[in-house]
Amino acid sequence: MTIKQLSIFLENKTGRINDLTKILGKYGINMHAFSMAETTDFGILRLIVSDVERAVEVLRNENFAVMLTDVVCISCPNVAGSLSEILDHLAKNDIFIEYMYAFAEGDKANVVIHPNDLEKCLAELSKCECNINKL
Amino acid sequence: MIWNPNKECMSRDEMHALQGRRLQKLVTYVYHNVPFYRNKMQAMDLSPEDIKSIDDIVKLPFTTKQDLRDNYPYGLQAAPPSEIVRVHASSGTTGNPTIVGYTRKDLAVWSEVMARCLTAYGVTREDTFSVSYGYGLFTGGLGAHYGVENLGATVVPTSTGNTEKHIRLIRDLKISGIACTPSYALYLAETLDKMGLTKEDINLRIGAFGAEPWTENMRKEIEERLGLKGYNIYGLSEIMGPGVSYECQEQNGSHINEDHFYPEIINPDTLEQLPYGTQGELVFTTLTKEGMPVLRYRTKDLCTLMDGTCACGRTSVRMGRIMGRSDDMLIIRGINVFPSQVESVILEMPEFEPQYMLVVDRVNNLDTLQVQVEVRRDFFSGDVGSMLAMKKRLADKLKSVLSISADVRLMEPNSIERSQGKSKHVIDKRNL
Repeated sequence: MTIKQLSIFLENKTGRINDLTKILGKYGINMHAFSMAETTDFGILRLIVSDVERAVEVLRNENFAVMLTDVVCISCPNVAGSLSEILDHLAKNDIFIEYMYAFAEGDKANVVIHPNDLEKCLAELSKCECNINKL
Repeated sequence: MIWNPNKECMSRDEMHALQGRRLQKLVTYVYHNVPFYRNKMQAMDLSPEDIKSIDDIVKLPFTTKQDLRDNYPYGLQAAPPSEIVRVHASSGTTGNPTIVGYTRKDLAVWSEVMARCLTAYGVTREDTFSVSYGYGLFTGGLGAHYGVENLGATVVPTSTGNTEKHIRLIRDLKISGIACTPSYALYLAETLDKMGLTKEDINLRIGAFGAEPWTENMRKEIEERLGLKGYNIYGLSEIMGPGVSYECQEQNGSHINEDHFYPEIINPDTLEQLPYGTQGELVFTTLTKEGMPVLRYRTKDLCTLMDGTCACGRTSVRMGRIMGRSDDMLIIRGINVFPSQVESVILEMPEFEPQYMLVVDRVNNLDTLQVQVEVRRDFFSGDVGSMLAMKKRLADKLKSVLSISADVRLMEPNSIERSQGKSKHVIDKRNL
């Protein structure tokens, strides 16, 4: 089970992330997770939202460059060493992770993973101690 | 001092007569040797016999940079290949540069006019002179070089690059004169500081600065920091190279070597000749050139012409400071850049919208060029690596077309301001 992540191209400019979050707020779209990859002149915002289709539509209407990327979101126990076990298993099976981001709350940690091979990654994750989230 | 008082201080009547004779000879020469001019003149029902004095020059057709490009490489050359002893090339827009061939006599004229310039600046046989324009296809280096040799001073062909080594030579060889771009002169001053030296450690007294626009404030700063007196030198490769005009000790305009390069000012819209004192586009006719003579070449530089005998004794017409361009050409680090060159590169790459902005600035006395482009939505990728690769592809192409490196900035779609009517593609923050 993969989920859709929004990737949005942003210039490095004060207030630019705010422009985007304001639009999502206005249309009642909730953000579950996001991370920002930045270079000297532009950034790529990676975003998991409550209503993907609607988010793409409203952001494109506002001239944002948006694309969808398939990613895997897992949750694992929020204890020391649990992510390490999972990553260890993926590495042993030759799955390369292009990027990931995570947040933990209570006894659960959520991790978004963008691997080089989605299907293989999903297959291997099913053998690990974690849940694959649908959101 | 005056290198050639016969010519530089000639009475106006004599000069006009000389120019008239030379123009007649030139028109006959190009009519019989360059089909481009013959066709143009025939279309205007004009024959060489119609040119009887210098005032008849207004009957002749104009030549533009585009004509030079269209006739690449040798279409406008008048002399047979066996007579050409050197070529130079100036940066062109995408595709064709401008090729200029010189005969042995052309090179002798060039060295003569350069010697006049250097003498007006106060250079003598006792001086050691560093030529720090680029040597190569650019006319600056070799043009100034042979002028210094002709004058009889010692030339040090330093060219550009390795500034610390250059400063050591300036100090150790007691170099007293230098020819370079004004921005390079300021860079030299900075490097001098960095090396823990001051103007007291060197003996520079004369600077010949040109090839890019500069201001009175830059002149003061260069003079103060390097301890020299700075003079303007003007030239363009299509006409000859450096040495077309020069400042004297009075520094009230630049004297034009008008026995070789006949100047006019025209209204760039109506193409009418304008009187002295009126600002317009500067036009030159090469009265004595053999290799690639040009009739009424439109420089696109805007300035005024002044007549009247100068306090230095020279009678030649002077040109004022270049006040701008009648086209959109930019001069960045001495290199001519047209926005259309950038545009053609961007149009060839489907990744980008046909929207762009050039931001030119001067940071630490060096010109910088930033090219902002919009990434097309379909080509946006969520992967930083491929976006950076896209950026590099554009930067590499720009470098090969412009000959200078540009800082590319990827922008969001629709983020570059769309202007009403004539689109604006340049922000020049240099205040020149």
